[in-house]
Amino acid sequence: MLTCKDFLNELTDYLDECLDAEVRTKLERHITECPNCWVIADTTRKTIQIYKGMEPYPIPADVETRLMQALEKKMTEKHK
Amino acid sequence: MIVSSQAGIDETTLVLQAREGNARAFGELVKHYEGKIFRLAQHVTQNREDAEDVLQETFMKAYEHLDQFQGNSKFYTWIVRIAVNQALMKLRRRKTDRSVSLDEAIDTGEDTVVREIAAWGEDPEQRFSREELGSILDSAIQSLEPPYRSVFVLRDIDELSTEETADVLGLSVPAVKSRLLRARLQLREKLTRFFKRKGDDAFAYL
Repeated sequence: MLTCKDFLNELTDYLDECLDAEVRTKLERHITECPNCWVIADTTRKTIQIYKGMEPYPIPADVETRLMQALEKKMTEKHK
Repeated sequence: MIVSSQAGIDETTLVLQAREGNARAFGELVKHYEGKIFRLAQHVTQNREDAEDVLQETFMKAYEHLDQFQGNSKFYTWIVRIAVNQALMKLRRRKTDRSVSLDEAIDTGEDTVVREIAAWGEDPEQRFSREELGSILDSAIQSLEPPYRSVFVLRDIDELSTEETADVLGLSVPAVKSRLLRARLQLREKLTRFFKRKGDDAFAYL
């Protein structure tokens, strides 16, 4: 019988969908019977989705300018 | 906006052109990835000045060593590795901060952190403005210990595979997985405070 601790140990592979069918079925059976683990799996999945959906902020203009200046200098040096 | 590495440009061609000294091609590669590299550097160093240095050093080194890029990994993975190395060097130089080592023994005990169990509403992030959400997510990441933070950022934000993450950080695959689990559970815990369904108390299901 799968315990909540077993479930947590497999959670990362479960959410990343890299488990074989047999283990996956056991975990899925567990969360239909255990509301706590269902909530943990669901909210952890949402956590990952929210972070994945975040685009990086545009680089601040001053940082961009200094980066381009540094690279131009570097390129000129390399091709001298 | 920075598009993902899969989209749009023919990266192989750009890399080849850049290698032959085509500055415009290299400039396009920089434009394509600078946002992600800057974000990664900020997450790892937790310091804007250091992050800016890391950003510059990463692309300077990439340009300098472009002929060493073999093309058997993705270009993005290659520059991420450079960026992570630069960022870690910055951290190690900050000697006053004792919590910076990625190699330090961390508690990998099986007691994973789950204190609050409460269901979230549908699309809970919609309750917040983009700025509010950004600051909630950023501060949650900042509160993670560096070993967990780096793994989470590479794996779940920059979407490297487990193997790539292990490779970039010089960790084993099981170590990446166990740190990732800890990081995800800790973030889940922190975000629950903001995203739990209204009216739901903690431990409602216990």
